[in-house]
Amino acid sequence: MVTVGIDVGSLSTKVVLLNNDKVVSYAIYPTGVNTEAAVDQAMESAMEKAGISSKDKPFFVATGAGKKKIAPEKQQATEVICDTIGSLHINPKVTGIIDIGGETCRAIKCDLKGNIIDFAMNDKCASGTGIFLDAMAKALRVKPEEMGDISMKSDKDIEVTSMCAVFAESEVVSMIHRKVPKHDILKGIHKSIASRIYGLTNRILLEGEIIATGGIANNIGVVSILNELMNTRLNVPKNPEIVGAIGAAILAKERS
Amino acid sequence: MITAGIDVGSLTGKAVILKDNEIMAWSLVPTGPDSSETAKEAMNIALQKAQLSIDDIEYIVSTGYGRIVVPFAQKNITEISCHAKGAHWFFPNVSLILDMGGQDCKGISCNDTGKVTNFAMNDKCAAGAGRSMEIMSELLETSLDELGDNSLDIKDKLAPLSSTCVVFARSEVLSYLHDGVHKNDIMAGACAALAHRVYPLLKRVGIKKEFVISGGIAKNIGVVKRVEEKVGLKANICFEPQIVGALGASIFAKERLAKQKKKKKRKAGD
Repeated sequence: MVTVGIDVGSLSTKVVLLNNDKVVSYAIYPTGVNTEAAVDQAMESAMEKAGISSKDKPFFVATGAGKKKIAPEKQQATEVICDTIGSLHINPKVTGIIDIGGETCRAIKCDLKGNIIDFAMNDKCASGTGIFLDAMAKALRVKPEEMGDISMKSDKDIEVTSMCAVFAESEVVSMIHRKVPKHDILKGIHKSIASRIYGLTNRILLEGEIIATGGIANNIGVVSILNELMNTRLNVPKNPEIVGAIGAAILAKERS
Repeated sequence: MITAGIDVGSLTGKAVILKDNEIMAWSLVPTGPDSSETAKEAMNIALQKAQLSIDDIEYIVSTGYGRIVVPFAQKNITEISCHAKGAHWFFPNVSLILDMGGQDCKGISCNDTGKVTNFAMNDKCAAGAGRSMEIMSELLETSLDELGDNSLDIKDKLAPLSSTCVVFARSEVLSYLHDGVHKNDIMAGACAALAHRVYPLLKRVGIKKEFVISGGIAKNIGVVKRVEEKVGLKANICFEPQIVGALGASIFAKERLAKQKKKKKRKAGD
């Protein structure tokens, strides 16, 4: 049976098609201002990749900040639950999850059965979230996906002192004026975001096997600093941004 | 006696030239990447206006976040003290000051001589600072000057901004625009949000009459009206609220100079 998980994030919308617990196809689209259109596009693209006619609408469950816009209450699930289910599907030994999304960042502590023991999150302030990194990438004129690799070239310890994304932007601009090398600035940015996330993980005493999900998990710079701070080796799945959508698709199978 | 005050803020540099107790000239320039250059530029414009040269200035005090990099200042004094001093010069009965700058916001209480008795500030988060209004004006393609006026002309109803963070508010505004909400209603929401953020700073230092607002945001009537409503007091605003800090610095410069001269006289008398 094919089911669908839709994760309507603040910055990107993810759709996953699942058949017999296997990911058949997925698609990622920017959410933009028109949520419904983004979901339709992502859905169509994922169905096409899977070779399913768009007439057969499989049952779906939605999660993410924009879930209420596209699904009736019965077909909604919280991000914390979907992240946990999706993470355990990828790695059944997981007891901790760090999810860094576009406008939120959360740490989740769970048991092997998928029960949520505790979680901490920041959704009030852009520091420590993906949009912070996006703003910095723009200021430095680098592609967000390149930030991690570039920062790994740095052997300096530069501090970005502003916590606020708006102020950090001016700070970075003044560093560019002072001709501080890009890779050193990037490392400073990654340290700033990692220390914010580390604060969340500390609040709930995350331990054991920990997985990193959400788009920022692709950023080797942030992950390597988190590894150092947490004295661990974070598990990074192949497509960390679709973990929540996978969880939603599994829930869809259970609920249909 | 001619003295000057220079206030190097995060977004604007200001200079004031004071002759005895009268403002001779003042200037406002946008802060560039080099704060000491900004200070020089502001000073030069004020000097030109006063038809003076830098050698005519007997004492210079710097203030603002870039105050330590002003090479030609004899002394630097915190902007908190300078704002209280400047506000007291304009309004001698002042006891509460709200200074809304580019990257910070302060609530200051002072005594009847303009000396600071308490203060609270936010310089960690852009919500509640002038920068947030700049972001809104860019987003809504409306000049900063117009934004305040337009925010008072609500078309349907105020569009509330639920996010504290300016970065998140940006997405909220975009979705309002997408839904066809009138720009004025969004501006009203933005001004109300800023007032909501700065009010706790005033409450923390204690709300007292007379109330003065200084800094760039004092020029935004939309924010001023909403702060007044929250505080329950009418705000006193001088003709150029951005120079209050620099003016305070120039008064400190005058006082220092007078003290120096007195000392010299006494020494000469010995």
